[in-house]
Amino acid sequence: MTAATPPPTVPSFGEAAASATRQVLTFVLGEETYGVDILRVQEIRGWSAVTKIPQAPAHVLGVLNLRGSIVPIVDLRMRLALERAEYTSVTVIIVLSVVSAAGRRDFGVVVDGVSDVVDINEADVRPPPELGASTATDFIRGLVPISERMLVLLDIDRLIGGDAESVGTAQGVAA
Amino acid sequence: MSLDLTQFHAAFFEESFEALDTMEAALLELDLGAPDAETVNDIFRVAHSIKGGSATFGFSDIVSFTHSLETLLDELRGGRLAVSAEISDLLLKSVDVLREMLHAVQGKLPIDAQRVADLQFDLELAIARQGGRSQPSADEAPAAPQAGGWRIRFYPYRELFARGNDPVRMLRELATLGPIEVAVDAAQLPALKELDPQACHLGWTIEVGGAVAEEAIREVFDWATGECDLSIERLGAGAADAGAAAESVGRAAEIVAPAPPSAVPVFEAAESAQTQAATREAPAASAEVAATGSIRVSVEKIDELMNTVGELVITQAMLSQLSRALEGPAAEQFRSGLAQLERNVRELQESVMRVRMLPISFIFSRFPRMVRDLAQRLGKQIELKLTGEHTELDKTVLEKIGDPLVHLVRNSMDHGIETPEVRAAAGKPRAGTVHLDACHRGGNIAVEVSDDGAGLDRGRILAKARERGLIGPTDSLSDEQVHELIFLPGFSTAEQTTDLSGRGVGMDVVRRNIKELGGTIEVRTERGRGSRFIITLPLTLAIVDGQSVAVGTETYIVPLTSIIESLQLKPEQVNRFGGRGELFAFRGQYLPVIRLHEIFGVEPRTRELHQGLVVVVEGEGRRVGLFVDDLLGQQQVVIKSLETNYGHVEGVSGATILGDGSVALILDLPGLIRLTSLRAAA
Repeated sequence: MTAATPPPTVPSFGEAAASATRQVLTFVLGEETYGVDILRVQEIRGWSAVTKIPQAPAHVLGVLNLRGSIVPIVDLRMRLALERAEYTSVTVIIVLSVVSAAGRRDFGVVVDGVSDVVDINEADVRPPPELGASTATDFIRGLVPISERMLVLLDIDRLIGGDAESVGTAQGVAA
Repeated sequence: MSLDLTQFHAAFFEESFEALDTMEAALLELDLGAPDAETVNDIFRVAHSIKGGSATFGFSDIVSFTHSLETLLDELRGGRLAVSAEISDLLLKSVDVLREMLHAVQGKLPIDAQRVADLQFDLELAIARQGGRSQPSADEAPAAPQAGGWRIRFYPYRELFARGNDPVRMLRELATLGPIEVAVDAAQLPALKELDPQACHLGWTIEVGGAVAEEAIREVFDWATGECDLSIERLGAGAADAGAAAESVGRAAEIVAPAPPSAVPVFEAAESAQTQAATREAPAASAEVAATGSIRVSVEKIDELMNTVGELVITQAMLSQLSRALEGPAAEQFRSGLAQLERNVRELQESVMRVRMLPISFIFSRFPRMVRDLAQRLGKQIELKLTGEHTELDKTVLEKIGDPLVHLVRNSMDHGIETPEVRAAAGKPRAGTVHLDACHRGGNIAVEVSDDGAGLDRGRILAKARERGLIGPTDSLSDEQVHELIFLPGFSTAEQTTDLSGRGVGMDVVRRNIKELGGTIEVRTERGRGSRFIITLPLTLAIVDGQSVAVGTETYIVPLTSIIESLQLKPEQVNRFGGRGELFAFRGQYLPVIRLHEIFGVEPRTRELHQGLVVVVEGEGRRVGLFVDDLLGQQQVVIKSLETNYGHVEGVSGATILGDGSVALILDLPGLIRLTSLRAAA
């Protein structure tokens, strides 16, 4: 029950040669710009009300019907511990395919707005800074300078791939 | 030949397993003493096609074993060996061993060589014992060995077809002369892309049995003179080598001609082998499938189809909802068009669902063998009666009902049916009967396992339950309640623990498995007359009849089968205790209230019990009242998995898409009840 035609492979950063360029979909959350591998993007759609799931982690808002399959929606601001924003008519859901131990899954992430598709050179990707144990950076793939701004490349598998597995433990706590 | 054969492995295994099932069924049908010739032939064909396939793929262990098996079968087929109970056992064991070997080869695991060798030895022994004639001559002409018969090597040149010659016609003609056995040599067959379909790449070795004049054979090949290498030799004492010779023909696709009258399908197989350049022998099983006009489709494709149809249903519901707002003369026409669409969609949905349905005989067919073996071990005489095998149910349900049924049948045989002596003393026939029945009942399927054994022993069940502390020493229980006890975890009354049953894991697992399928199990019993276990199952797991309920802004679906009643409580009907629990009286019982909004963490429209509604539901034998804001409507919903993209949610069995495109969760009542008792305990 996946989306109509999934891409045959879902490559991740680092698989290709260091000199390769790849396309990244960038989006904004507040003042910050983030990017995800465009090959992981299934669909971009406007915000619509979701159906809540009981015992879900707080950042999992609920589920939506995406052409017949039931897709969980994650609030990226909450996941990244940013200040919450109101959902408006420009709020956007990016549907991504996430690879986790349980296989390929589709997840929707709520972002403030989609900006652009940019080409980035693998060689320009800087490793994420060590910010100490208090700040989790393991879901940051790397940083890329783009026209005086800094683009944060996200490793979505680490960022939300674990959500599905953590459901079991989350409900144990809730109960 | 550079054809990659591994691509055919999956099909070979699948077909071989099916063929073994057929063989097993045929063996069980076989009358001792007076076997039906056609049945013996069927069994032989299975062994032969597995041997052929294995040879093609180079599974030499299987080839060697099936060769012995085939030799023995050939003796049976020729009537030179009687079908005794011993032989029948030996053959059934061979089926098991073959199945294991195939599993091992499929999983690339080592074969239990010792077991195979032992059984193969037994087979050879049985062959050797037969009337003192000891040579294992599989392919010896059965009718008159002294009259010989002929071995013909027919290797046409490539241009054979160009002269208008047809090897199939020649083989058919040979078959009219006497019983023939044909081996095809496809060693010269090039890869598909290099194949010239107008050239003949095949050669044949044919053995004609019986007293046939050499002249008659030569005549058959008259037209091909000068266009083939032809040698005709008398089959002598060296006939025993024939089998080995046939196998040594490399990747030979062997095709056996069982008897002249039924020789036609054999030639069809030969034709397809020729035209498709396939070196794999068309097994008997697939020939049967072709005969009934069915095709093999992967379950994924059907599920995909189900999904698409499910979507169509939703889209159609959405359109009907939108159409209500339309006005004017065109709107009326539009609506009648939509009504037509709705009917069509329903029909389509039902047809697709029927595709997933399989007859329950798929499960029933494993019982004759099991009952036979088990009865032997238990020293009981037990007859198995199967009825309603053609009742169809969903594949998923079918797969999951197998184990519970096996358990029930074992229980009936072990605990239910008495030994012949006890039965005789009680004035019953010495042989007990276990009856498996399936039928449609309402929108459900009822499967029944009944026996004419001793029935449930109320006294023993009570004693055991007291001993285990499942009930108090002075509790008085109705018969119905006593029967419920056997479904409790850790309950077993078997006085002696056998390896069949009596470990106390059993009826509770059976009940749980059935519950998971959305079914129920009940027992009826009469002391000394037997017991009946009645399982009720839904037709399908893909669709559920649901009651939509509203809690705040959310909509939930409650499966209709678990709803007993919906009612509005008056404030004085509710009793509180301990500051948290709420109970209400319902048909003489006090039931707890589950506030759905609390469990699911949503904001309700009302928190006052008398302002909302209470839906009395049952799950795992327990009744509770679900407190909701309102009832919305009843509808059939297509069940979608939450686990595909998310994970399991306690208290929720899945989700569905409503007419407006939004998602509603389907409640899992047993899970919900467990969740609340956990919470109450915390």
